[in-house]
Amino acid sequence: MSELFDVNFIIGHFQYWLGIILMMTGLFVVVSRGNLVKKVVGLNVFQTSVFMLYISMGKITGGTAPIFTGNPQEVYSNPLPHVLILTAIVVGIATTALGLALIVRIREEYETIEEDNIQHLENAMQRKEDQDAGAMI
Amino acid sequence: MLVVTAISIVRVRKLFGVVMLSGVFSLLSALLFVSFDAVDVAFTEAAVGAGISTVLMLGTIALTARTEKKPSHSSILPLIVVTITGAVLVYGTLDMPNFGAADAPIHTHVAPEYFSRTPVEIDVPNIVTAILGSYRGYDTLGETAVVFTAGIGVVLLISGLGRRRKRKKTDVEKA
Repeated sequence: MSELFDVNFIIGHFQYWLGIILMMTGLFVVVSRGNLVKKVVGLNVFQTSVFMLYISMGKITGGTAPIFTGNPQEVYSNPLPHVLILTAIVVGIATTALGLALIVRIREEYETIEEDNIQHLENAMQRKEDQDAGAMI
Repeated sequence: MLVVTAISIVRVRKLFGVVMLSGVFSLLSALLFVSFDAVDVAFTEAAVGAGISTVLMLGTIALTARTEKKPSHSSILPLIVVTITGAVLVYGTLDMPNFGAADAPIHTHVAPEYFSRTPVEIDVPNIVTAILGSYRGYDTLGETAVVFTAGIGVVLLISGLGRRRKRKKTDVEKA
């Protein structure tokens, strides 16, 4: 555990920890807020911070962007995380769009985009159905 | 700065402000990607994250509601859950190599292979493009399939919005 208090170790890992703080902020929004649009924003924040974590792993100090410059001594950062994250960004916007479309549809059906209100409406509907079934018998 | 923006997203209750802040967040993260040498990722993030997703969210809040209700239950339990998850993740990073180290496993495994083969086999100066379009072309094809499916889903979900509204109105008038 002595390496935990090493200054080099802390500076070297601070970048990752900041990413994790951002991630947890996003997760907190998703878990604790009832508004559906805000949940989607939180999900986006979470997602972007995961991207940051990946990209920061690919960085080499003193390196440059992975585009050939013609200089054989050049150090390039790792291009593999970049490729993965490019794909992930595009897939992320697709899921965001789908989620927002679902929100529009939910609002149309329930007239609200707050989780609590939707839950109340659902419960009321369930009770009504139960009563109707009881009356039939 | 990113942390401050993220925290204000948690606090602000006007949805318009939240959406704008998420755009700011995306733009700041794009700047961060530039400083991490990921220029391709940076301009995709700036265009898609700060551009398209902000527009989509603005459209959604225009169709739904502008403000958020005050949360009804306390946020202590989510806070505990999030703190534990964060602690576990930080514990996971303890084994990781230092930021920017050139001898990390990620840089010594397959990456040098791509660097040496790209000029011979693909002959495109941008290695990210070479990998995305050629070595991992099937991934990109799968990604296109995902986007296509999502597009169909969105169209199916919100098509006929005006028609359904009109029908509802006539129902109300009849009753």
